[in-house]
Amino acid sequence: MSTDPEPTKQTDERSLSRKEFLKGVGRSALLIGIGAGGYAWWARITSQFTRRREPVGDARHNYSMAIDIEKCIGCGFCVEACSKENNVPPGHFRTWIERYEVMKDGSVRINSDDGGINGFSDDVRAEDVERAFFVPKLCNHCTDSPCTQVCPVGATFKTEDGVVLVDYDWCIGCRYCIQACPYGSRFWNPVKRTADKCTLCYHRIRKGQVPACVEVCPTGARVFGDLADPESPVSKFMRENATLVMKPHLKTGAKIAYKGMSKEVV
Amino acid sequence: MDLGMLLAETSGYVLPNEKELQWSVLIVLYPYLTGLVAGAFILASLVRVFNSKPVAPVYRLALLTALAFLICAPMPLIGHLGHPERAFQIMATPHLSSAMAMFGFVYAWYLMAVLLLEIYFDYRKEMVAWAQSSRGLKRLLYTVLTLGVMDTSEKAVRFDDRAGRFITIIGIPSAALLHGYVGFIFGSVKGNPWWSSVLMPLIFLLSAIVSGIAAVLVIYMAINWYRRQPHDMKCLNAIGRYLMFALIFDLSLEALDVVHRMYEAGEWFEILGLLGSGYLYYTIFGIQFFLGGIFPLVNLALAQFLKASDATRQRVYFFSGLLVLIGVLCMRWNVVIGGQLFSKSLQGLTTYRLELVGGEGALVAIGVLFLPLAILFVLAKILPPWKAHEEARA
Repeated sequence: MSTDPEPTKQTDERSLSRKEFLKGVGRSALLIGIGAGGYAWWARITSQFTRRREPVGDARHNYSMAIDIEKCIGCGFCVEACSKENNVPPGHFRTWIERYEVMKDGSVRINSDDGGINGFSDDVRAEDVERAFFVPKLCNHCTDSPCTQVCPVGATFKTEDGVVLVDYDWCIGCRYCIQACPYGSRFWNPVKRTADKCTLCYHRIRKGQVPACVEVCPTGARVFGDLADPESPVSKFMRENATLVMKPHLKTGAKIAYKGMSKEVV
Repeated sequence: MDLGMLLAETSGYVLPNEKELQWSVLIVLYPYLTGLVAGAFILASLVRVFNSKPVAPVYRLALLTALAFLICAPMPLIGHLGHPERAFQIMATPHLSSAMAMFGFVYAWYLMAVLLLEIYFDYRKEMVAWAQSSRGLKRLLYTVLTLGVMDTSEKAVRFDDRAGRFITIIGIPSAALLHGYVGFIFGSVKGNPWWSSVLMPLIFLLSAIVSGIAAVLVIYMAINWYRRQPHDMKCLNAIGRYLMFALIFDLSLEALDVVHRMYEAGEWFEILGLLGSGYLYYTIFGIQFFLGGIFPLVNLALAQFLKASDATRQRVYFFSGLLVLIGVLCMRWNVVIGGQLFSKSLQGLTTYRLELVGGEGALVAIGVLFLPLAILFVLAKILPPWKAHEEARA
């Protein structure tokens, strides 16, 4: 008799805990359901954004350009050809020409009005100029390019054959790459609403043609080719001439090589 | 804009692609807003972790302020994107070598894992009470906010407290990360000598703390005036003291940066010197350093060490706070806009003209700047940050 109440209490507790247990199972199932549903939803959303980029280009090549400053006459044909070939919006430049005038008083005048697209007109008396030269510029297609490093979504990338490109369908337009490029080679394309830059005329070189700027240069100041091929014009040019790259101290691995570069060049 | 007009605004040699600025006033607001978040949170953590009792009356206000500003922080960023519809890619396909790619994660972590959780645990007990004492939509709102956890036993409340404390401890390095990271976005751009500095994350962090403390101070005083409540002078004195110390560290670091740059005098020295003595002279030395730095610092120090009346102190605190807020905003301007005003050729300067209207104009900027205050107003209606203290005082 004296043991009777105890089992009853136990039963009570057990039934309570069973109730609690079932409640707990129910809640857990609900949570798992919500979690699984949420994950499925997340995966569906992200699958529309996530994609793996197939490697672009042929790793057996390494395209580049060299520039012979002494040959450039500043005619601006290259800038115009580039602009037409690539639909570059007016006022923006995938390539441009700078004119340097070292004056007899030691000062240096630099200008690149309209990127040199219309050539250059005399703006000082010839007898005041000690020497003058033109420097064509473009994207340096750096091997360790700061623009590729900073792109938050990987829209800027390097092809297997050594060209830095922008995926216009992927660029979000944050402009961090434009800030990061030390050469001012990138610009904001107001039509595409993305970053934009020189592609070495990738659409042409993949077909065995040379970039538009190289094609039209009347003096052969721009030398294009494949650095991986020792017989290509650019390899020969770099073997036979002393060349420099822009801002080497920044260690960007700039590829565009210049012959005859003077200390005034910025 | 007409390119010819832009050309006329440059001097020296500016590269042809640099004739327009890339990051507008909206990008000035982004580090400003995240800085206020980090600073307000760090002020709150003084109460929670370091047990600074005098600051307790603003603990909740500081948390809500941080939340209100955090909600608005991504707005200028997304608004500035060329393709805002692709913004989500930054989280779906982050490019791991990019400092900016981390933004989404740092932001989400801070919002979800730190601020919302801390506010939840701090308010849960009261939210249960508010849910039980109200009806209709209000009851539903508070019940949803409690996430259905209606247990207010001593054990449950103790758990809330312990959890809140733990989150604050995680929150302090998170707040430092949130804003130190913003400094890194600028400091790691090696092609830009105005930005490229290892001190940048630290300067950003300290100025963030300064601005956050000042913001909570000013908002607290304004709310008290609005509600016709007396200021808690102990609290004000303590915040004033913290603001003074934070200012000392911040100004020292900023001065170190300037001195270091002048002494090192690299290839960029001439052009940056021209910038600092020309276009940015008033915003750097006039507002950032003097009006928003040294002047409030001296006033705060005098208020600490001289026997001033409460009314005088209140004025000193309020106006020092306002000046500090303006000074830090100018600092962000000097960094973001200043870093784009010289050519990467280091041979020329350009100018930035802030338009009044337009997507990136002054009016939009002012809207983004004051929107957090509207959000804070709503948050304070839902989760009154002062009730517990006033009840305790009564």
